[in-house]
Amino acid sequence: MSTPAPLIRVDDLHVHLGESHVLQGISFDVPEGGVTALLGRNGVGKTTTLRAMMGLVPRRGTVTLAGEETTRLQTHAIVRRGVGYVPEDRDVFAGLSVDENLRLAERGGELRYELVYELFPELKARGGQKAGTLSGGQQQMVAIARALLNDNPVLLVDEPTKGLAPLLVTEVAAALERAAELTTVLLVEQNLAVVARVAQQVVVVDGGRVVHTGSAAELLGDPDKVRSLLGVSGGGH
Amino acid sequence: MSTFVLLTVTGLGLGAMYFLIASGLSLIYGLMGVLNFAHGALLTVGAYATWWTSTKVDGGPGTKLLVGALAGLVVGAVLAALIELVLIRPLYRRPVEQVLVTVGLALALNALVEAIWGFDARPFPVPSWLIDTTSVLGASIPNDRFVEIAAAAVVLVGLNAFLRYTRYGLIIRAGVENRAMVTALGIDVRKAFTLVFAIGGSLAALAGVLSGVYYGVVDPGRGTSLLIFAFIVVVIGGFGSIGGTAVAAVAVGLIQQYANYYASSGLGDLAVVLLLAIVLLLKPEGLSPKVAH
Amino acid sequence: MTRVRPFVVPLVLLGLLAIVPQLSLDIPVLFGGPLDSPGTLGLLALCLVFAGVALTYDLLFGYTGLLSFGHALYFALGVYLTTIALTKWEWGLAKTLLVVVGAGIVVPLVLGAISLRVGGIAFAMVTLAFAQAGQVLVQKNPDELTGGEEGLGLNFEPIPDFFVGVLNTKNLYWLALGYAAVVFLIVRWAVNSSPGHVLQAIRENERRVEVIGLQPFRFKLLAFVLASFLATIGGVVWLMVLGTGASPQVTTASFTLTLLVMVVIGGAGTRYGALLGGFLYTLADQRLGTLSGSSTIEGLPSVLETPLSEPLFILGTLFILLVFFVPGGLASLARRFRLVRP
Repeated sequence: MSTPAPLIRVDDLHVHLGESHVLQGISFDVPEGGVTALLGRNGVGKTTTLRAMMGLVPRRGTVTLAGEETTRLQTHAIVRRGVGYVPEDRDVFAGLSVDENLRLAERGGELRYELVYELFPELKARGGQKAGTLSGGQQQMVAIARALLNDNPVLLVDEPTKGLAPLLVTEVAAALERAAELTTVLLVEQNLAVVARVAQQVVVVDGGRVVHTGSAAELLGDPDKVRSLLGVSGGGH
Repeated sequence: MSTFVLLTVTGLGLGAMYFLIASGLSLIYGLMGVLNFAHGALLTVGAYATWWTSTKVDGGPGTKLLVGALAGLVVGAVLAALIELVLIRPLYRRPVEQVLVTVGLALALNALVEAIWGFDARPFPVPSWLIDTTSVLGASIPNDRFVEIAAAAVVLVGLNAFLRYTRYGLIIRAGVENRAMVTALGIDVRKAFTLVFAIGGSLAALAGVLSGVYYGVVDPGRGTSLLIFAFIVVVIGGFGSIGGTAVAAVAVGLIQQYANYYASSGLGDLAVVLLLAIVLLLKPEGLSPKVAH
Repeated sequence: MTRVRPFVVPLVLLGLLAIVPQLSLDIPVLFGGPLDSPGTLGLLALCLVFAGVALTYDLLFGYTGLLSFGHALYFALGVYLTTIALTKWEWGLAKTLLVVVGAGIVVPLVLGAISLRVGGIAFAMVTLAFAQAGQVLVQKNPDELTGGEEGLGLNFEPIPDFFVGVLNTKNLYWLALGYAAVVFLIVRWAVNSSPGHVLQAIRENERRVEVIGLQPFRFKLLAFVLASFLATIGGVVWLMVLGTGASPQVTTASFTLTLLVMVVIGGAGTRYGALLGGFLYTLADQRLGTLSGSSTIEGLPSVLETPLSEPLFILGTLFILLVFFVPGGLASLARRFRLVRP
């Protein structure tokens, strides 16, 4: 029985930012379905990897999405192939209302407003409110909702729990679980408890390269390995 | 009192013209990061297109003006769109070169207009009812002022409606805040760029038409002289903000008129320039909330 | 030997340029008369003045990365202050020059200190604002000092005889050459000095300079004052060379933009780029105007003839093409073809 082809294949990705060679040949696969977590210490290049896959930084190498190479494409074309992106800084449009932020993300076809409002009922209640006046947690909800709205086969999610109170972290984790039922998620996350809860696969990055891939349960069950690869004591925050 | 009323209405009329030029400039810079030095040339070309068309049309000055203005607006929009597609778009991600290209374009376009029609001012078709005055609070106000103010008011409402209720308006508003994120939502912002340039071009042309009515003539230097004030208005009002531009335009127009009359002639221009310096030093992003780029 | 090498090329160039007034050489198309004729020498002198002034702008824009829209103000300061002092206040030449030098340092010091509080586009706009204020002041013609729109004729009496009169055009040529040479030397020295290196570092990455513990503001102000001062002197030289007087054209934003165009054409931030750009632009602007009356152009169909009769149209179009295809200016072309060491 052969393993099915990976949904995403990243091959020998190089990114230079200024004078720094941030990604030095990143290669990994993301299997279809579920959550694959991209882990690593601060500054190793996790966010840059996602940005490179999105075409937001100049890159060399190959990125293949569902069999189609996307490295030559511009950002908007990549996204139209079916990619939802939740950036590290949320990047919601402060001057637009919550509704407008969501509407902007609409790409036609099937829209999952029901799912979004079920996961984040606050967004429906605050529909007319300017996104700039929302709390950090609420903005995060908008950012995630935007990515879930369209029927995207891929979600690239960058540190969605950063700076959130524990209650909100749980909410976000629950949302990620629901998302994983419908689509494939590549998740950058520092909170190992969240990773343990939602992820099946892990890819560990260090010094601009991939240093470990494998099952999430296996890695997280080995505190020594966690410490050596990630520099933190196992168990998350 | 009547002088004050006349000054106020005239100031508002000038402010109306500044607003029309500045709003296009503001959107272009806010969304695209391009400081369009050719904007004044777009005004001049629009004004001359209007004048030239009016000389080919039969009928009274009202008809000439209307048909000419229509032509001018179309020419302004088309020329601006062409400029964006041919000269600006290929230089995406090279903002310094984009600005330099607009500088060269301003030189070339103004020189072209001068070459074809010469230095001398050309008489603009102005129907007599626009030259007539209406009495308001004891002051005799030339009617063209009301038309200018009305035109700017219509544009202000129209632009706001466009930005609030249409998809492209939404894209533009978001793009002014964070262009990269808009592309990350799967939207090709470049179409919005061309649209914004075209809108800016037709608004500049409209300002050109109104300036022709206001001064009664068109000359090749018109665009350049008004452009400086438009820049000042844009900077004070904040890039990318239509409301801020409107307020700043009114302020600049009024200050100019009042200072020129009540202090001494020419001081108004000085006062406006000083206002710019003060605003910039206190708040480098202008009077509107910070716009991300 | 290593100390002498860098100076060989500029010295040879200087020498060649210095003997031009002795050459009875005819260069058709480029010049309307032989090199030693007053008409041609006057034209060359003008080109040299602008070569120098363009270089002063390059010190700001190309080397320090400061985009100023108000450089014309300092040039105009030199022009107007000199003219007013000599004509309206009837001062002697020495006193006038002393005051102009003083003003040329104090004014940019004050205005620069204010303008440099902001950066980027805001800085550009503040410099524009100050220059506009200057333009308005000149137009207003306070106390009938500036002559307003018509300009102000220069009183030639206090000026030494060897600078006055058609026969002495070659002296004016040498004056202009001297000015360009001095600006070149000063800018070269400034750029290669340690403050100069800091300036270029600031242009690349201001944050990094701050991190080292240096204050960018002081260095930027230094560059600003130096560039503006040299432009003021350029204004005085221009006045002598042109021989008429002050005109409000030199106070306009268009004038500053012309300097920008000159620098970009030549190649911003390169050793000879600005000089070349200033020289060639002025030459083209002056000669194209005369050429347009020539029979070659008049023979063209009017669709071509009309735009080509306007020098600024040709220059503007060339500028656009340059920005697209040769953004480094002529200097980068020279580098590409290995004419000059990078």
